[in-house]
Amino acid sequence: MLGLDKKDTYLLLFVAALTMLAPFLLNPFPEGSAMAQFNAGYPDLMQRFVIFGVFAIGFNILFGLTGYLSFGHAAFLGVGSYAAMWMFKLFGMNVLPALGLSLVMSGLFAVLIGYISLRRSGIYFSILTLAFAMMSYSLAYSVLATDMDGPDRQGLLQKGLTGGETGLQLTLEDPRIFGEQTAGAGNIPVPNLFGREMRSAAELNVGDWVFTFSAGYYFAALIMLLSFYLSIRIFRSPFGMMLRAIKSNQQRLNYTGLNAKPYMLTAFVVSGMYAGLAGGLMASMDPLAGPERMFWTASGEVVLMTILGGVGTLLGPVLGAGAIKYMENILSKINSDILHQWFAFLPDGLEDFVITLIYPFIGKGWHLTLGLIFMAVVIFLPGGLVEGGQRIARMFKRKKPTTDTPDGKTTPAE
Amino acid sequence: MEAIILQILNGLDKGSAYALIALGLTLIFGTLGVVNFAHGALFMIGAFCAVTLSRIISASHTIVDDTQTDFLGNPLKVEVPYVYDWFGQATGDAIIDWAVPLSILFAIPVMIGIGVLMERGLIKHFYHRPHADQILVTFGLAIVLQEIIKYYYGANPIPTPAPSAFTGSFDFGALMGFDPGQIIYPYWRIIYFIFAAIIIGGVFAFLQFTTFGMVVRAGMADRETVQLLGINIDKRFTLMFGIAAAVAGLAGVMYTPINSPNYHMGMDFLVLSFVVVVVGGMGSLPGAVLAGFLLGIVESFASMRVVLDIMPGINQIIIYLVAIIILLTRPRGLMGRKGVMED
Amino acid sequence: MSNPTLSRRGVLKTGAIAGAGVAAPTIFTAQSAAAFTNEPTGSSVTLGFNVPQSGPYADEGADELRAYELAVEHLNGGGDGGLMNTFSSKALQGNGIMGKKVEYVTGDTQTKSDAARASARSMIEKDGAVMITGGSSSGVAVAVQALCQEAGVIFMAGLTHSNDTTGKDKKANGFRHFFNSYMTGAALAPVLANNYGTDRKAYHLTADYNWGYTTEEAVRTSTEAMGWETVGTVLTPLTQTDFSSYIAPVLNSGADVLVLNHYGGNMVNSLTNAVQFGLRERQANGKNFEIVVPLYSRLMAKGAGANVKGIFGSTNWHWSLQDEGSKQFVQSFGTKYGFPPSQAAHTCYVQALLYADAVERAGSFNPCAVGEALKDFEFDGMGNGKTLYRGEDHQCFKDVLVVKGKENPTSEFDLLEIVEITPVSQVTYDASIFGGDLGTCNPGA
Repeated sequence: MLGLDKKDTYLLLFVAALTMLAPFLLNPFPEGSAMAQFNAGYPDLMQRFVIFGVFAIGFNILFGLTGYLSFGHAAFLGVGSYAAMWMFKLFGMNVLPALGLSLVMSGLFAVLIGYISLRRSGIYFSILTLAFAMMSYSLAYSVLATDMDGPDRQGLLQKGLTGGETGLQLTLEDPRIFGEQTAGAGNIPVPNLFGREMRSAAELNVGDWVFTFSAGYYFAALIMLLSFYLSIRIFRSPFGMMLRAIKSNQQRLNYTGLNAKPYMLTAFVVSGMYAGLAGGLMASMDPLAGPERMFWTASGEVVLMTILGGVGTLLGPVLGAGAIKYMENILSKINSDILHQWFAFLPDGLEDFVITLIYPFIGKGWHLTLGLIFMAVVIFLPGGLVEGGQRIARMFKRKKPTTDTPDGKTTPAE
Repeated sequence: MEAIILQILNGLDKGSAYALIALGLTLIFGTLGVVNFAHGALFMIGAFCAVTLSRIISASHTIVDDTQTDFLGNPLKVEVPYVYDWFGQATGDAIIDWAVPLSILFAIPVMIGIGVLMERGLIKHFYHRPHADQILVTFGLAIVLQEIIKYYYGANPIPTPAPSAFTGSFDFGALMGFDPGQIIYPYWRIIYFIFAAIIIGGVFAFLQFTTFGMVVRAGMADRETVQLLGINIDKRFTLMFGIAAAVAGLAGVMYTPINSPNYHMGMDFLVLSFVVVVVGGMGSLPGAVLAGFLLGIVESFASMRVVLDIMPGINQIIIYLVAIIILLTRPRGLMGRKGVMED
Repeated sequence: MSNPTLSRRGVLKTGAIAGAGVAAPTIFTAQSAAAFTNEPTGSSVTLGFNVPQSGPYADEGADELRAYELAVEHLNGGGDGGLMNTFSSKALQGNGIMGKKVEYVTGDTQTKSDAARASARSMIEKDGAVMITGGSSSGVAVAVQALCQEAGVIFMAGLTHSNDTTGKDKKANGFRHFFNSYMTGAALAPVLANNYGTDRKAYHLTADYNWGYTTEEAVRTSTEAMGWETVGTVLTPLTQTDFSSYIAPVLNSGADVLVLNHYGGNMVNSLTNAVQFGLRERQANGKNFEIVVPLYSRLMAKGAGANVKGIFGSTNWHWSLQDEGSKQFVQSFGTKYGFPPSQAAHTCYVQALLYADAVERAGSFNPCAVGEALKDFEFDGMGNGKTLYRGEDHQCFKDVLVVKGKENPTSEFDLLEIVEITPVSQVTYDASIFGGDLGTCNPGA
């Protein structure tokens, strides 16, 4: 179906089911219960899951297939966000044109950076992309944030192209040629898809449970599914095979007469456009674009997601993005009061002891947990969660008795 | 003219920090072939060694002084350091004052220990893994170390002043015949530069003039042959890792009066250090040091007002710009050897 | 590359499914069933405290959080009542807000606009916070204020000093108690002229974000009006830790006053670097070289230690003030935490109490009702003397303190002394000088 074989179709349907049913899956605990802390089904977090899913899928196309580790993808995220914001300011609050401009701008940016960085490989490539990302960050932070239309005018470019540290924001005076300049009651209009606001949400109350369905989330989830489908097609195509050849032995590839450069550049640009799309989606859900998006640690985050999920696999980046964003938002919100609530059933001394043990790993210290999990994954489980899942599955399959009787055929000795 | 000299001094000072960290990185890379993203964290741990020793020295007990009151009107609780009790107030003050230089002695064994532990515990298993894996696991380790420090010392910078003998500044201008007061440079920064030069010289001398160093240099050139000759290169390389960690740690210790240590300083320096190493040429020790000073001076010059007036904010991107240009024109960096990291 | 198979049947099938999905049954309640966002329906109301817990202002964030927790304790009737005892409005009863127990959730802004907005969104969407407050950076405050305006909740600004928060970027759902750069300039310039003379050349080092710009502009224009000359202005990144390359050019610039438009960790580092370069002992143009720090914070002064001696600056409040409200607050905070509160703690505590009081007086949590209750609200007893919450721009107008680093500090808290209390009439300005548009209040939903 749709050009995919059976296994991939199941995978796509599985991911589609996950995303469509996310409001239910992520809110398993009733509101007001002690475990309600772990509910992740609110619009902001769900949107982040799928947006970073898109980002990670794109990064995986580059790192997973070709093995080139790029630390600069945060720059494309930022470019996508700024492009989308400018579209909102100039042409109106419809998200589709904004995403279109994000794709175009990040693609152009990726061509520029890719052309220069891909002249080197290995760690030199990584450092070059890192340098470009930091340069973009600094450009967005200060160089492009200077007053570009003169100190007297209070025009559009008053805070430069990027708005500096505060970020690029919407104001009531933006032209918005094809849309409305102010919404009713004198407020700034909201990003929408032909009228359906991205931040509108409906709630479903079933007994004690509350499920939130956000328009913005479903839009972003749809885009993520499209990106996922595209990535499956790329993986299974001859182009994907070429990229894998580059990863396994680039020298041999050159000896067979094939030039790896165009393929690498295409992979880099595709990956960059995915990142730009993610950036545009971020701006669509929350219309503010800050320069911190371009800091190299944001690239580091997507590397973590891809590794955690499973490099080079299809499902890996999606799982990794979900896992990290979940931990980031849920683990970091647990503070000592909540721990005391949970362990109140233990005798006092034991309760304090247990809490002292757990406390460094949650709340503000959740980065510690993240770093430890990351190290554990890289050391013991290089294939990430996907490999972990496969190992568990194999453990169950091995429980069935296997009869290894030779079938009498002779096989050549090789 | 004065501005230029001042910025050269600034550049040498900044470049010292970059050069020391880059030196350690290249040592590790040249001997073990491991890309160590946790090196910035070692720099930070060194700085926190100074903080720890300073806290240990000023450990105090509280006595209630009825003659004074605090802001609420209660009797004032005065903190009296133990060193006051043991050595008297004057000596006690002097000891607390000199906490930072004393930390050098404290930091050396601690850093070597941490380095050896890191190498034997973790890095050893990653020798034959691809470089991407090494980067990732050391990146994770850097995050873990950073978070541990943040947990114990808090998220705020901890001011650690230099000994009061060195808090002034030195009038270079008078020395060189300029008007007094035109070229002033703080004492401690000059000391930092001299200290860095001593350490760099020490490492090079060690590698050049001792047998141990000779074996290490041979191992850097061709590890397998050295092992075939029957020399146990592993132990020596482990020790080199410890020494590289100590170099980074000492850079951190002496840096604390210049910039209050906080848990984030490792990551801040790491990115630039890698850029320095790559520009200097992976695997080349003189290249790393040279590139460190060069980029420090370039950054300082770019902070000059005449330059900033032309293009504001250029001082933040100049290092990356220079790195990109150098990497494109001289693909192996300034002094890189052929065949290193070109897989 | 293979050809995609796109049959007519396939298109019809997917079209039908899509159509069915759009015409979903209306068992879903739109969130607009409530009158306004996060209308508290149960026996408790949730407030969101969005403070920096990491980054350059982490110290202040911790103090702000302490103040908020104290405020919640007092609102719920615990402790010694704090400023509720001296507050001129007696609407608060100590039984929560409108009878609902006050609960709170905390978030970390990391002093970054993105993270702050994400944290605020999480508090609004997940935890049902009806009011967001806190923060130590103007860039973050402006970003979070815009988010709260859009989401339909009230934003009570924490420590934000830039003109923009109630100037160019003012919003109807946002309210600020802390003073702003213009007031600093107006209060500081006369004191500087009196102490340093009117023939000075100033060099400005400015933090590169909206607070830095407005503070530099305020100090620059007000000192130039007194006769000073501005010799240079240089922007420094917010994340900068080593200012030596910025201090060095000051030596040859011909300036004899260095104005550090820095706050928090920036100020500690830049001041330390400036002192290291011997700027305090220097002579230039036949006068002593002076350093000015327009916005002081005691926490910052602690970090800079002895370097702040004799340096002028301004603050919103100081614990050594002797009026009833200040003494009461120092007592409550000091008894609970063991050290006197900073100005960040004070403004956050006051904002929390002002919000609760406004809700009580308005009889509703609806942002528009709260806005009406705070409009042109005059109050006293909160430590700053008589204060007006001006309705045109939602900014508090009160006396401004000009402080100086003490020559002989008696303790680590006693680093600043009040030099002058500038009356509010001298620092008031017309709301139109900053532009911006308040818009209308947004109840959300």
